Amino acid sequence: MTGAENTLVQIVKAIVIFAVILQIIPIILWAERKLLGRFQSRLGPNRVGFRGLLQPLADVLKLVSKEQSAPATAVPWMMAVAPLISIVTAVATLAIIPFGPPGAWGGDFGLYGIDVPIGLLYFFAFGSLAFYGLVLGGWSSGSKFSFLGSMRAAAQLISYEVAIGLSLLGVAMTAGSMSLVDIVDDQTGMWFVVPQFVGFLIFLTAGFAESSRPPFDLPESDAELVSGFNTEYGGMRFGSFFMAEYIEVVIISGVATACFLGGWHGPGPEALAPLWVLLKMGLFVFFFIWVRATLPRLRYDLLMSFGWKILLPLATLNVLVTAIVLVAT
Amino acid sequence: MAANGSWDPGEDVIAVQRGPEPGGLAGAARIFGATLRGLRTTMGRVAEGPVTWEYPEEKTPVYPRFRGRHKLHKFEDSDLEKCVGCSLCAAACPAECIRVVAAENTPEHQVSAGERYAAVYEINMSRCIFCGYCEVACPFDAITMGNDYELADFERSDLIFTKEMLLADSVEHTPLRREGE
Repeated sequence: MTGAENTLVQIVKAIVIFAVILQIIPIILWAERKLLGRFQSRLGPNRVGFRGLLQPLADVLKLVSKEQSAPATAVPWMMAVAPLISIVTAVATLAIIPFGPPGAWGGDFGLYGIDVPIGLLYFFAFGSLAFYGLVLGGWSSGSKFSFLGSMRAAAQLISYEVAIGLSLLGVAMTAGSMSLVDIVDDQTGMWFVVPQFVGFLIFLTAGFAESSRPPFDLPESDAELVSGFNTEYGGMRFGSFFMAEYIEVVIISGVATACFLGGWHGPGPEALAPLWVLLKMGLFVFFFIWVRATLPRLRYDLLMSFGWKILLPLATLNVLVTAIVLVAT
Repeated sequence: MAANGSWDPGEDVIAVQRGPEPGGLAGAARIFGATLRGLRTTMGRVAEGPVTWEYPEEKTPVYPRFRGRHKLHKFEDSDLEKCVGCSLCAAACPAECIRVVAAENTPEHQVSAGERYAAVYEINMSRCIFCGYCEVACPFDAITMGNDYELADFERSDLIFTKEMLLADSVEHTPLRREGE
């Protein structure tokens, strides 16, 4: 913490980060559809705008102009609140992703929303809250597919939160801090991906579950549950869920960058810090898309047993070994 | 059948090779390896590049024998129609989509090379099954199957092709498949 920054700086930072990420989301959407196409020997969207670049805009315009509807069995106010929970928690988590050290662009402000001393806990807390959006949204829809989707979301949450927490515990122990800024600072010599490689793999795997992306997109399961928890949603409410999912991808990429890939560290002057962060985040986003194109969705029980029987013991072992190594050296 | 009632397959027995049971660290390692192989496979598709035909701009070429929209023919030297209005095509048509009304040629009004000509020659493309029997039935090779396959239209009535439409050259030529393509 560099002391309390003045309110104006905070507001400007909040707006800038929000605006930048919001501009990145459509690009990710476009890149995903384009890359998925390439992975499947297709071209992907190429009709709207140059190489289909305006496709996300066209999709959003379509969503905005659509009617909201709810089944007779739904709880309307809860249905309206659920996408809000998803998007608010997703956007709130953006605040802790560090884009640059304090003073990188002059002045005495850091290129991040806030530097919370318990940064990782903040990330877990909002990550878990985000699942309430999925669970409530599906439950209040009053449809069996939505209900099954939200039940799966809940089951997925409990199988993965522990593993993802333990995978980052090793990082927190090595850096001796929970603040993402301190963690990145501590990686000046060596990125944590080397000493914490197992933790890195576990975090990545659990990250897919956290952002409910394939192969762990069980809340959605579009093959068997129509569209899972958001089956009954339409228009921009669905759009909010959709956008929250992609912000979640950005967050997982951002946290992975900060905790394992050295955050803003890279060659060149310090002012280039945000570029390096965005570049590394792009790598992760590419990996997310690559995996989505590759792996089929796991069966429900396999996902649970994978989470509890493989990821959790591995993560625990990782923490134990890290602790022993830390004490020994 | 053995004495105790249990069946002994003898040398016919085939040992089924099953993969290891999922779970455990060995399972995790196996999943990890399989995932990496999968990732390599998908990246291989990127390296190969897309196989898409961008259809409206890039039409799929057809084989020379492809049966598309019909064509009526004229003699190249005399500009007379080959069709003599015999209605054999209409008789051969299993979908009954051809209508021919014949009329007599007169010295002042010589349309075809024979005694009679088709005053009306219509093919209802919404019923045609593109079997090519009309082409086979025609004694004068007056009607043949062309290569055009872009026949969609907005009205059913627009799909009834008149003699003039069938005689006219196609607006856009369908690409033909080259040797070995």
